[in-house]
Amino acid sequence: MSATTAPPVPTETKAPRVETPLRRFISEFAESKMAVGALIVFLAIVLIAIFAPLISPQNPYDLAQLDIMDGRLEPGSKSGDGSITYWLGTDDQGRDMLSGIMYGLRISLVVGAGSAIVAALVGASLGMLAAYAGGRTDTVIMRLVDLQLSFPTILSALMILAFLGKGVMNVVIALIVVEWAYYARTVRGTALVERRREYIEAAQCLALPTRRIIFRHLLPNCMPPLIVVATIQIARAIALEATLSFLGLGVPITEPSLGLLIANGYEYMLSGKYWISFYPGIALLITIVSINLVGDHLRDVLNPRLKK
Amino acid sequence: MRKLYLAATVALAALCGAHPSGAQSLTMAVGAPITSLDPHYHQLSPNNAVADMIFDKLVNTDARSRQVPGLATEWRAIGPTTWEFKLRPGVKFHNGRDFTAEDVAFTLARLPNVPNAPSSFAAYSRPIQRVEIVDPLTIRFHTAQPHPLLPLDMTNVRILDKETHEDATTEDFNSTRVAIGTGPWRVVSHRNGERIEFERNDAYWGSAPAFQRVAYRMITNDAARTAALLAGDVDFIDQVPTTDLSKLRNDQRVALSEVVGLRLIFLGLDHLRGPNENSPFVTDNDGKPLGRNPLRDVRVRRALSMAIDRQAIVERVMEGAATPAGQFLPPGVPGHVPDVQPTPFDPEGARRLLAEAGYPNGFRIQLNGPNDRYINDGRIIQAVGQMWTRVGVRTAVEGQTWAVFVGRAARADYSAHLIGWGSNPDGSHPLRNILATVSAEKGWGASNRGRYSNPEVDRLLQASLTELDEEKRQKLVLDAQRIAAEDVAVIPIHIQTNIWAMRRGLVHEARADEATRAQDVRPAPR
Amino acid sequence: MSVYLLRRLIQAALVMLAMSVIVFIGVYAIGDPVEILISPDADQAERARAIAALGLDKPLWEQYFSFLGNALRGDLGRSFVFNEPALQLIAQRAPATLELAFGATFLAVLVGLPLGLYAGLRPNGVGAKTIMAGSILGFSLPTFWVGLMLIMVFAVQLGWLPSTGRGETVEVLGMRWSFLTWNGLTHMAMPALNLALFKISLVIRLTRAGVRETMLMDYVKFARAKGLAPKRIIGVHVFKNILIPVVTVVGLELGSTIAFSVVTESVFAWPGMGKLIIDSINVLDRPVIVAYLMSIVFMFIVINLIVDLLYSVLDPRVRLESK
Repeated sequence: MSATTAPPVPTETKAPRVETPLRRFISEFAESKMAVGALIVFLAIVLIAIFAPLISPQNPYDLAQLDIMDGRLEPGSKSGDGSITYWLGTDDQGRDMLSGIMYGLRISLVVGAGSAIVAALVGASLGMLAAYAGGRTDTVIMRLVDLQLSFPTILSALMILAFLGKGVMNVVIALIVVEWAYYARTVRGTALVERRREYIEAAQCLALPTRRIIFRHLLPNCMPPLIVVATIQIARAIALEATLSFLGLGVPITEPSLGLLIANGYEYMLSGKYWISFYPGIALLITIVSINLVGDHLRDVLNPRLKK
Repeated sequence: MRKLYLAATVALAALCGAHPSGAQSLTMAVGAPITSLDPHYHQLSPNNAVADMIFDKLVNTDARSRQVPGLATEWRAIGPTTWEFKLRPGVKFHNGRDFTAEDVAFTLARLPNVPNAPSSFAAYSRPIQRVEIVDPLTIRFHTAQPHPLLPLDMTNVRILDKETHEDATTEDFNSTRVAIGTGPWRVVSHRNGERIEFERNDAYWGSAPAFQRVAYRMITNDAARTAALLAGDVDFIDQVPTTDLSKLRNDQRVALSEVVGLRLIFLGLDHLRGPNENSPFVTDNDGKPLGRNPLRDVRVRRALSMAIDRQAIVERVMEGAATPAGQFLPPGVPGHVPDVQPTPFDPEGARRLLAEAGYPNGFRIQLNGPNDRYINDGRIIQAVGQMWTRVGVRTAVEGQTWAVFVGRAARADYSAHLIGWGSNPDGSHPLRNILATVSAEKGWGASNRGRYSNPEVDRLLQASLTELDEEKRQKLVLDAQRIAAEDVAVIPIHIQTNIWAMRRGLVHEARADEATRAQDVRPAPR
Repeated sequence: MSVYLLRRLIQAALVMLAMSVIVFIGVYAIGDPVEILISPDADQAERARAIAALGLDKPLWEQYFSFLGNALRGDLGRSFVFNEPALQLIAQRAPATLELAFGATFLAVLVGLPLGLYAGLRPNGVGAKTIMAGSILGFSLPTFWVGLMLIMVFAVQLGWLPSTGRGETVEVLGMRWSFLTWNGLTHMAMPALNLALFKISLVIRLTRAGVRETMLMDYVKFARAKGLAPKRIIGVHVFKNILIPVVTVVGLELGSTIAFSVVTESVFAWPGMGKLIIDSINVLDRPVIVAYLMSIVFMFIVINLIVDLLYSVLDPRVRLESK
């Protein structure tokens, strides 16, 4: 059960460990080797993304550093002036794919995580409020949800991006607008069931403050489905950004995300220049899989009902 | 399980058997949706291409866009303001009715009266003040002013039958009820945005089409269209993506047909803001307003043109499917100015010129363009951005969807923008629409999105529009174009090559005007 | 109950009203339809004529109110591009999208439910791990990319399935359906799978999560202790409980599948509503965009209503309220 496999230390000076919730959480999380591995991979990806400007061979967003004469080179080729080796090849603009992927990860992570987190906060709060308050509040919020869910993502995104112009932050905003409703609906559905349970009634009888009931009692019990939706939505946000880029609406063409790299490269699939979309695809895959593995396990750990 | 497998095999075999093969039928896939079968509803190239399969014009154009007799056998100006057309005898509509001068008069009257037309053909009948029917096979057009371009106008007007189409609405055409012309194909069925099916018109007056039946499918996704050809689902595709060219050229199952087109890709520059005003997307190197508009200085414009390596764009971005250009029309077309060459790539010279103009350290500019309209448009603006940046003009590049881009470009919101122009082969066409000073009264400069204005160009254009002597007219048109080119009114980049791909065993007469028509496809001679 | 329904209908009308306002302003903000539709060599007089012909010369509010007036009479306007009633265009394309969406949902439940059940019951087995890994792939891969790969493999390389388009159709109830012919089914296979991929993963995960939770519930433990057959426990007790989230999500997803089949339809040249809407957005064909969104909103409201009704049937704890 315990994840610490170190031999017992025979010193009496150390007091027995106190079981704080955090420690318990960490040791439970560490139970799954796969989840820990995924977490490490994910942290590595985050580090690469953060430090991309320092470690990448080229700044792929600086047009001055690109040369179309180096375009579509195979992996391992050297640049025309011999200064760089393109380990993963180049795209049609002569952009080093390795650098492109590192920078692309930054954008995809910001877009995916940023939009999912904000959307989850907004959506969950509203969903909770709707379920708890009921009545007119519930109606207004849920009709807003209907309105949002009935708006095709692509149209919402197109309109928002037309208002705001292209750009990474604008894509994030568009995705938040598109996604919050999923969280709201999920949380409300769960909360509706939960709030009729005895423990909430008991808390209400004790006249606990509403805020306390919501955050200490209702919210934790709504967490499992919320986390399922969140992990799905991060992945979905990243894929959606890719699709928006595929339709020509996403990030600026000079600052490609992983999705845009794939979309650009996909046009070259038939002609055998696989590396332009293959490597960004692999990077996207690893990122999403690791997020999901971590999320999956988190859910099991956080789920009060799975506690033995 | 085995039963299922068997069923699948049988069905598969049936499917293969049903596959169109032989010279009897042809399945084509086009990249642009056809929105209407009404030939006068929407002036849109894909619609026009299909209309040219069903209908005929008085003056047809051949593959190289030269005028050839269509429903008119000959035409000439019999006075300064009168054109006479002799009509082809013995021509019948698909429903058996005779084609006569009455039908021509009816058609011209219909052009401005198509309800809700988003882009009508009225401009082609507007110069005609009066139509005179001399006899059933002779018709005269009287114009207010000498109008040398009238035969050219007639290459855009598809002729309808007076009796059949008297009260026909656009919907009647789309439902195929009155999709009846004199052309080589009869419409069998039409599924909006999906496919149109045709049958050979055995009574066609021209050379007989090679296939009994034609299915005209719309597959807008580029990769899916190529895949459909490779999978054998279709026999013929248009708008072959340049990214697939290298693969298709080496594929034994596929043949390509190509021709230099009439579409120029060029950069428009901001001429609207005065020399001492700020252009919206130009700043100095620190991002502060410049206080003047460098694009009004011809040296800067020339430098920006010299900084572009057109050959590199053609080879690397277009994969050879374009020709570097220095003007609107390609060689071999009457409107081509022989002594205007594409600006040679000269980064050193560009830097010198910029310094001379007072920008030794360059400036910053944003280059806008669509990224879903022209072939590789998003890639071209990035490549130009690289090249400009290298001579010291730090360029930010922004690609937008056409829907967003074109509205802003029309308001002259941009400092520099990429756009294309699909020309008819007469030099007056780009002159009048892009290079002439904007004038609603004259109907000039409607697509002049940089607001270029040069009185000398305007004067020559004006003179050419009423010059009936073809030789003199061409000289005026060429002179006007030459002046605009020397003034770097716009920065031409390249003229696109039109490319089609088909299964081996077919031949296609590639058209400069990009039209994809079934009558241009034939089985290869053995 | 009828009060409840009436309330929902009024709300629906309000949502549609809000939607139409947003679309009007949105399209207005994005660009100018005439600039897109007009031939580039049209002069200013022709442009002015086209603007007037499409009714775009009037102030936006006036355009909106005349739209509203017509809409109340059931006329949502004519397409700028096709010059046909927008609703008629949508109705023509609807069967193609509907059969694709239902096909995809059917696939998702057919494949997802058993796999999720299995993964939930034996969460630590190799099979479950493989299923879960596969499900992650299912929503990691961008739809357009998977679609193209499917075409490459099954149509170009293997030649088993037709690459694109809709196959032969049979007319039933005045609409053309392709799932009734074998040829139609072969055309439908790849796009339906492409569209279903995401949902299969979703159903797998929801089912698995539900099963794992439910198996630890007291009543399941009690049922086990009582010695009920595992089949009965899973089939009745567990299954009933996991159905709620699955029904919710599948219901919601059905709507979004219909609305979001844009990418699949465009990759597979599938002539449905999704293709229509993306084309319409590209040319800012406002009447079609508005009519499409109104139909989608209407559909969503119906679906949500059904989901809510099913909720109350499946879980007596949730009651429909009309207070």
